[in-house]
Amino acid sequence: MNNQELLSETEWKFDDTSKIPFWAYTNKGIYEKELKNIFYKKHWCYVGLEAEIPEPGDFKRTVIGERSVIMVRNEQGEIHVVENICAHRGMRFCRKKHGNAQSFVCPYHQWNYTLEGDLQGVPFRRGVKQDGQVKGGMPKDFKPKEHGLTQLKVAQRGGVVFASFDHDVESFEDFLGPEMLHYFDRMFNGRKLKVLGYNKQRIPGNWKLMMENIKDPYHPGLLHTWFVTFGLWRADNRSELKMDEHYRHAAMISTRGSGGKNEQTTNVSSFKEEMQLNDPRFLDVQPEEWWDGPTAVMMTVFPSVILQQQVNSVSTRHIQPNGNGSFDFVWTHFGYEDDTPELTERRLRQANLFGPAGFVSADDGEVIEFSQEGFEAKKDYQTLVELGGRDIEHTDHMVSETLIRGMYDYWRKQMGV
Amino acid sequence: MTTELYLKLTQFYQDYAASIDLEEWDSWFNMFTDDCIYKIQSRENYDRDLPMAALSLEGKGMLKDRIYGVTETIFHDPYMQKHVVSAPRVISSSEDFIDAQANYSVFRTKNDGIAEVFNVGRYVDRFVIDGDSLLLQSRVCVFDNDMILNSLIYPI
Repeated sequence: MNNQELLSETEWKFDDTSKIPFWAYTNKGIYEKELKNIFYKKHWCYVGLEAEIPEPGDFKRTVIGERSVIMVRNEQGEIHVVENICAHRGMRFCRKKHGNAQSFVCPYHQWNYTLEGDLQGVPFRRGVKQDGQVKGGMPKDFKPKEHGLTQLKVAQRGGVVFASFDHDVESFEDFLGPEMLHYFDRMFNGRKLKVLGYNKQRIPGNWKLMMENIKDPYHPGLLHTWFVTFGLWRADNRSELKMDEHYRHAAMISTRGSGGKNEQTTNVSSFKEEMQLNDPRFLDVQPEEWWDGPTAVMMTVFPSVILQQQVNSVSTRHIQPNGNGSFDFVWTHFGYEDDTPELTERRLRQANLFGPAGFVSADDGEVIEFSQEGFEAKKDYQTLVELGGRDIEHTDHMVSETLIRGMYDYWRKQMGV
Repeated sequence: MTTELYLKLTQFYQDYAASIDLEEWDSWFNMFTDDCIYKIQSRENYDRDLPMAALSLEGKGMLKDRIYGVTETIFHDPYMQKHVVSAPRVISSSEDFIDAQANYSVFRTKNDGIAEVFNVGRYVDRFVIDGDSLLLQSRVCVFDNDMILNSLIYPI
């Protein structure tokens, strides 16, 4: 089947985005279009943190959509992002995950590129001399400057690096919009970041489900029993849901309450009033000045990254799709250069709540897998997203699926469905 | 190291694997000292001296809390584990301590499924010799997998 045939089954039969057809997650043509229209066009995608490549020549290999890219710091200290495809035979030449280089060399035929991606060396470009004659080599009109690596547009803010294959993309600041920029700058306020390490998981579900998970404040108090059991989550915590003007990005902002627990605020059947941690250090929170109130802000920057502040645990979560039914989820945990060793310990201890083994995040990967299982077997069915009504609006509570409705409103415009 | 002690060490590795595979959690955390360290960490973080781990527990209390999470609060697809653990390689030993390592493979079988390779790595261990018995003061499970297959629930 070609993409055209595959796309023919994709008609949006609903009045709004309070229902989402299963084909949005299962259709291969739709997925290819998402890569083309969203990941490779008009959007800034996350590539990493400046702190991951502190020295000239440092590089990190990562991906945008399904394309392998390299984030590198050149001799002058500037950050560039180039695609990991040799201009000659298309090889993904960079195999190391990270390292330090003076130039990029494709081992196949030793084509040599500067760290900015300009072609600077082609072996036998001028052929070989034999019997007084020059034989072979590249044509006389071969221009190295036309055969560099694909160079991406780069945006840096607060130590975070984004890139785009689309050189006509709007500025990063316009892309985020003022409201989201406020929360971005709150977390990345200019202090140097200190990388604590990575957690990586492969989740067999559609990549959008992870965005939806972090736009869904309905589930944390219900799925994540651990949160509720140990008093970290209450439905009546002071909270807000906010979006950019296009509804593509969002922030769930909440402030941990101090009240007691009761049935009304938990609604969890397995809730156990008396439970205490054997080791309360998992939740030994040290308030930080930069929070400016909220104890948790979860930001979705469409389409590629989630920015997490859950009390002292801060991380970026990078979405790397590999097919309509699977994505890799890469967590980069970090701290700030002025953190005391005690605060670093806290960040590391609280990280036990998150990631593929996390007390409250392991569940998320599981439910995404099982949603995808449901979708695959019944492609003409739909999910229901009506909590809090059918409109798209900012709220001052958590009992709404408005952010998911917003994302699909935007998604439909990008996809023409 | 005496042959007797090496045999005891070997038996310890196999008992550890069995207690996890059989989900005998009490015997699992009783194999650790009170002030133990237990980590499941990617080789990438371990080799680069990055402190982050998929799981990083300090002290028996945290081990107990993890088991409570595994058995009572974390929603996950049920699965069985089967560990295959190599003979231990003794790095150094004294009267009080043994530093040893062993390779492991963990196979995961879900309810409707077939066994699959879930996690492959190396135990990096420090044992305390406590009279007649051995206890783990530190176990770091350093795994080679770049990606954890969705989620990691049980200890390894």
